[in-house]
Amino acid sequence: MWTTPGKLRAKGIIGMNRRNIRYIGRYNSRKLYPLVDDKLKTKLLCHEHGITSPALIGTVMTQFEVKHVTRLLQGHAGFVIKPAKGSGGKGILVIEHVDGSAYIKPSGAHLGREDIERHVSNILSGLYSLGGSPDVAVIESLINFDDTLTQYTYEGVPDIRVIVFKGYPVMAMMRLSTAASDGKANLHQGAVGVGLDIATGTALRGVQFDRTRHDHPDTGHELASLRIPGWGTLLELAASCYEMTGLGYLGTDMVLDRDHGPMLLELNARPGLAIQMANGEGLRPRLDLIERQPEGVDASARVAFARQHFARRAELISSADQTPA
Amino acid sequence: MSRLPFYLLVGFLLIAGIALSVHRHVAFEVPWMPGEQRQVWEVEAQVNFTALGDPVMVDLALPSTQKGYRVLTENTASSGYGLAFLEDNGSRQAQWSIRDATGPQQLYYSVQLLVAPQAVDRTAEPPALPRDIAWERPFDTAASQVIERAQQRSADAVTFARELIRDFTGDRQGENARLLLTQFERTPLLVRLLNEAGVRAREVSGLALDDGRRRQSLQSWLQVFSDDGSAVLFNPVTGEQGKPDNLLLWEDRGGAVLEVQGGTNSRVSFSMIQHNQPASTAVRNQLADDTLINFSIHSLPLEEQALFQTILLIPIGALVVVFLRVIVGLKTSGTFMPVLIALALIQTTLLTGLIGFLLVVTVGLIIRSYLSHLNLLLVARVSAVIITVIAIISVFSVMSYRFGLNAGLTITFFPMIILAWTIERMSILWEEEGPKEVLIQGGGSLLTAVLAYLAMNNPWVRHITFNFLGVQLILMALILLLGNYTGYRLLELKRFKPVTED
Repeated sequence: MWTTPGKLRAKGIIGMNRRNIRYIGRYNSRKLYPLVDDKLKTKLLCHEHGITSPALIGTVMTQFEVKHVTRLLQGHAGFVIKPAKGSGGKGILVIEHVDGSAYIKPSGAHLGREDIERHVSNILSGLYSLGGSPDVAVIESLINFDDTLTQYTYEGVPDIRVIVFKGYPVMAMMRLSTAASDGKANLHQGAVGVGLDIATGTALRGVQFDRTRHDHPDTGHELASLRIPGWGTLLELAASCYEMTGLGYLGTDMVLDRDHGPMLLELNARPGLAIQMANGEGLRPRLDLIERQPEGVDASARVAFARQHFARRAELISSADQTPA
Repeated sequence: MSRLPFYLLVGFLLIAGIALSVHRHVAFEVPWMPGEQRQVWEVEAQVNFTALGDPVMVDLALPSTQKGYRVLTENTASSGYGLAFLEDNGSRQAQWSIRDATGPQQLYYSVQLLVAPQAVDRTAEPPALPRDIAWERPFDTAASQVIERAQQRSADAVTFARELIRDFTGDRQGENARLLLTQFERTPLLVRLLNEAGVRAREVSGLALDDGRRRQSLQSWLQVFSDDGSAVLFNPVTGEQGKPDNLLLWEDRGGAVLEVQGGTNSRVSFSMIQHNQPASTAVRNQLADDTLINFSIHSLPLEEQALFQTILLIPIGALVVVFLRVIVGLKTSGTFMPVLIALALIQTTLLTGLIGFLLVVTVGLIIRSYLSHLNLLLVARVSAVIITVIAIISVFSVMSYRFGLNAGLTITFFPMIILAWTIERMSILWEEEGPKEVLIQGGGSLLTAVLAYLAMNNPWVRHITFNFLGVQLILMALILLLGNYTGYRLLELKRFKPVTED
């Protein structure tokens, strides 16, 4: 039931307290937080720095505009409505397609125009924002996510979380939504986390509810064959977020779009620690290595460094059916 | 980035906090435990005299804190008299005055004295030696012979005094001594002889404390100053050296105990009684002679003291919350909400409080789930929840009163705004994360609140936080140290266990 601090230290696992004091407290300047806590600001910043992110359909700033939100949505087949200052995936409404006057969620549930308006109104009144402060609703176009990954996920869009430390991608995982997680890609809600090899973008191991998994609980598809296309581009995109925000310890959430390749979905200044579980490895040795590296190295060099030093072999493939490369 | 200033600050807070607490313990006899009993003497002085119909002024010497005894409170009763406490040169006096009085008069002064072994004497200034001491014949030769005899058998001032007194007591009482005693009173005579020999000495008045005694009078004692200026007390009759434990020095400056102008037949008598009282009461009764370093809540009016008793407990609750979140890793809904709930629990008692809290939150959640259908703006919705909470509390209070459960009335002690926000947060949590997370966070909050309540309601903790303000600095240092803890949380040992398994 319990392990010892010594064993965790040997694995290089980082706890909440250490993350907060040693990394977030030291490398993330408080004044930079609004850049990532406000998704609208992040989006505009991405546009400025040429980092690909889902197209912005529009924003709703006042309750008055709520009535006109459907006019804004006209002509868009699928869209996502999210609070600019939401956290933990709260208040994100995904509409896969519009059927006449009905808005259809990925789960197949039908929503009416009033439901959409109420959701936007809730966002504006601060229901989902930190501290309940008034918020802005951001509407962006739906990602046409890469079909090669369909079988690994259930309902929701799988996203890739890369921890970027001082501009170096140190650890990555893919988050696959499940029936248990209600189409959301949050691990504590029951999504499957798949650790990814920084060198190749292939699956290392999978976890759900902190327990090891070899297949997706809903689709039944094995996870070992998971391989992220365009891995190099994705890592460079993630790494360049360091220059964009100035945050030293950053969680970047990326998605793979069928047409546009890797896209930045959102940034997190307080990324969680579950990624260590998905990788079966602690962050500590990697972070220590990066702390010893000099400043002022450009993004592609940093990615090359990380791919060279953080390479690992998958644990998912049993030795029996391992084919020689 | 050096952490040295941080550790210096923590070290300073710790040392200052401990030093302040120890100082209060030592200098004011504030005990570490609340239940300790302290011996308290209550001594009453009754001044009797016959007034002559003229303006009357009565001066009575008063005892001060001294070795073995600490003055707690003092009271006077004297109808129609003006009263002032005078203090000069270290001697304290009560001065009664009246324009016009006739016939027998009675004035009362009573003092509570705490038996305090650690109490120290105030520094006593040795009296100046009188210039010339004139003796009449034949006393001059007797005096010089007595002095000479004692001087031969002594080494310094104290031994000289001892030998001198011995010559005036019992079998050793010589002819010279007997002669002198016919003319002079014993104690003034001894002072006079000592002064003659160049030893500084004076007569002081002491009261032997004996439980239940009435109509006692003061005895005179001899205070002799040794060559280095320290005072030694002698019993002028027996020659015994040192102050007996039960002796209270009522007047120790060599002045008069009672002076009456405008009256005759003046006399002061004492009655005394001993009783034990809880140490905390004894502390509370201490005179508020607090300087900044002895800074104490006890100098405030009683009502504010009661308020501070609660306020000073909040850091304990905060420490419990910090500990449970940083070291254990418990999730709570709202960081310090549990402390506020714990404060309410102190008023309501544990079981009633918990039942009341659960009732209000449950009913609130049901009503809140209806409100969420109404599609309201946040501030309006929370306000509606606040009114709902007030309504629930009112209904429960009235109902429990009707059923004869007076305990139900204490439910009003719960902070309603906090309850409303708790309901709001729990409701959102329910919608987004499901009932399981509500149970985890709600349970965590309640557990924290109960632990904080147990810590804050502990009699020892209440005693310590209220009587030792230095403890606040220690708590501050502990919280700062916890804020610097980078190790694993207890629950993380469980959470990360799968990683260590392969």
